[in-house]
Amino acid sequence: MRSYRFRKLEDLIMISLAYAALIIALIPLASILVETVSRGLPAMSFSLLFEEIPPLGQSGGGIGPAIQGTLIVVTLASIMGIPIGVFSGIYLAEFRQSRLASAARFLNDVLTNVPSIVLGIFGWAFVVVAIGWSVIAGAIALAIMMIPIVTRTTEEAIKLVPLTIREAAIALGVPQWKTTLTVVLSSAKKGIATGILLAVARISGETAPLLLTILGSRFWFSGFTQPTAAIPLAIFNFSQSPFRTVDLPRAWGASLILIFIVLVINIILRYSTREKYG
Amino acid sequence: MRYKIEIQSLSAWFGSKQVLQDITMRIKENVVTAIIGPSGCGKTTLIRCLNRMHELTPRAKVTGRVLLDGEDIYGENVDPVTVRRRIGMVFQKPNPFPMMSIYDNTVAGLKLNGVTDKKRLDEVVEKSLRAAHLWDEVKSELGKSGASLSGGQQQRLCIARALAIEPEVILMDEPTSALDPTAAAKIEQLIRILAENYTVVIVTHNMQQAARVSDFTAFLYLGKLVEYGSTKDIFENPKSELTEKYITGEFG
Ligand SMILES: Nc1ncnc2c1ncn2[C@@H]1O[C@H](COP(=O)(O)OP(=O)(O)OP(=O)(O)O)[C@@H](O)[C@H]1O
Ligand SMILES: [Mg+2]
Repeated sequence: MRSYRFRKLEDLIMISLAYAALIIALIPLASILVETVSRGLPAMSFSLLFEEIPPLGQSGGGIGPAIQGTLIVVTLASIMGIPIGVFSGIYLAEFRQSRLASAARFLNDVLTNVPSIVLGIFGWAFVVVAIGWSVIAGAIALAIMMIPIVTRTTEEAIKLVPLTIREAAIALGVPQWKTTLTVVLSSAKKGIATGILLAVARISGETAPLLLTILGSRFWFSGFTQPTAAIPLAIFNFSQSPFRTVDLPRAWGASLILIFIVLVINIILRYSTREKYG
Repeated sequence: MRYKIEIQSLSAWFGSKQVLQDITMRIKENVVTAIIGPSGCGKTTLIRCLNRMHELTPRAKVTGRVLLDGEDIYGENVDPVTVRRRIGMVFQKPNPFPMMSIYDNTVAGLKLNGVTDKKRLDEVVEKSLRAAHLWDEVKSELGKSGASLSGGQQQRLCIARALAIEPEVILMDEPTSALDPTAAAKIEQLIRILAENYTVVIVTHNMQQAARVSDFTAFLYLGKLVEYGSTKDIFENPKSELTEKYITGEFG
């Protein structure tokens, strides 16, 4: 009897500790969200969303080009990074024990941990030096950042697809590569989508590599080989501005927009990959 | 009656472990052939060698010949994909595609191979589900998930899926082992009917089942073919002492 009560007490303590840890983890998250919304919302306006970026300290204008720039650079990076990442992941999952796969997996893990500023320098040294500060340079740096994340999650998601499903398709006379691209991929799509989402969210907020590649700009997009604006760069510039009363609200507004964009991408991806039969 | 499949000196390995030793047997067309034997004796491996599924396992190896209508399926210019379209397979555990409807499951083999003609697909769905004796139970809910069916229905769906690609031979690996007696009885009836048009090879653990559904029986022990003959002979008049012991339940 005593031991039973003791065990119940133990249970209670463990559960309380878990709750406490959860709450401690949630406090910073919640306060970031509350702060961003409460400070960003007042700054929100039509002109913030759609007008060109004013010089620091000057009233009026908005961050239109930064929103546009982020959407363009992130889209371009995704177009390059997602297919490479997904196909590398497929390769790693399908040819698990090959030498090349082990080597690639190792490189991939290393790449995941490379600080983003290093990727910025890479983009700078190989692209900027050749063609100048440009959207392309930024997109390449961000794509390199996405690849290891997408690769790894794709590999894991595919490994989770039961062998029985794969064999069912192969036994129907479906070629192996087609089986992978249809049945296996569609069983793994939720996991892959999560990886893509993680990668897109991660690069949307990157600042360091962009500073070294797209440089930043106050004007609308003017070509893939030209510098461009981006939301993280705008946040960075406005928050460093000496004219706090004018520029700080803009930084908060821009932050809110960034969070909103990531949220929208999240919802779209979740919706488009939801299981038909849950 | 002619022979549909001729297995000649077939041996199979997983890595360095040999699990089939020099198997030679001929399987007749349009009959049911049962493969029996204790767990681990190589029954699954044997039928997986017949549609070239064995080689999908890493480090698996096969030697010998398997003639389908006289032509070696391990021949140099033979595409395993073509072999698998002619020799269908039903697995031990029902494995419908969970993300597909009953309709799509039934014609998965056609759709995945690029057939899009809606009228043809509709026809094949009805024909295959009828052949698998599932049509009446599911005809009003073809859009439902294949995974939402009962175990026995799922297994019949998998049979329908195998029939939809119009194979000549159907391999079944303990198709009723995951099912209750009523569902199993339905599958057994179905196997008898299928034998009118298809060559059926069934692996089973269940002696009564082998006796009920099969025309010929092969007894496999430790990777070797111990005895093979008409089911009646094997059960009533086994030549080998080992076979007799096994079917009377002395071991296994
Ligand atoms: N993937 C594998 N890797 C290595 N060895 C395997 C593998 N699959 C089966 N084996 C071995 O091969 C032998 C034959 O296996 P098989 O599955 O053909 O037996 P079985 O007669 O179908 O048995 P059961 O009645 O239990 O299904 C067994 O000894 C088993 O341990
Ligand atoms: Mg088996």
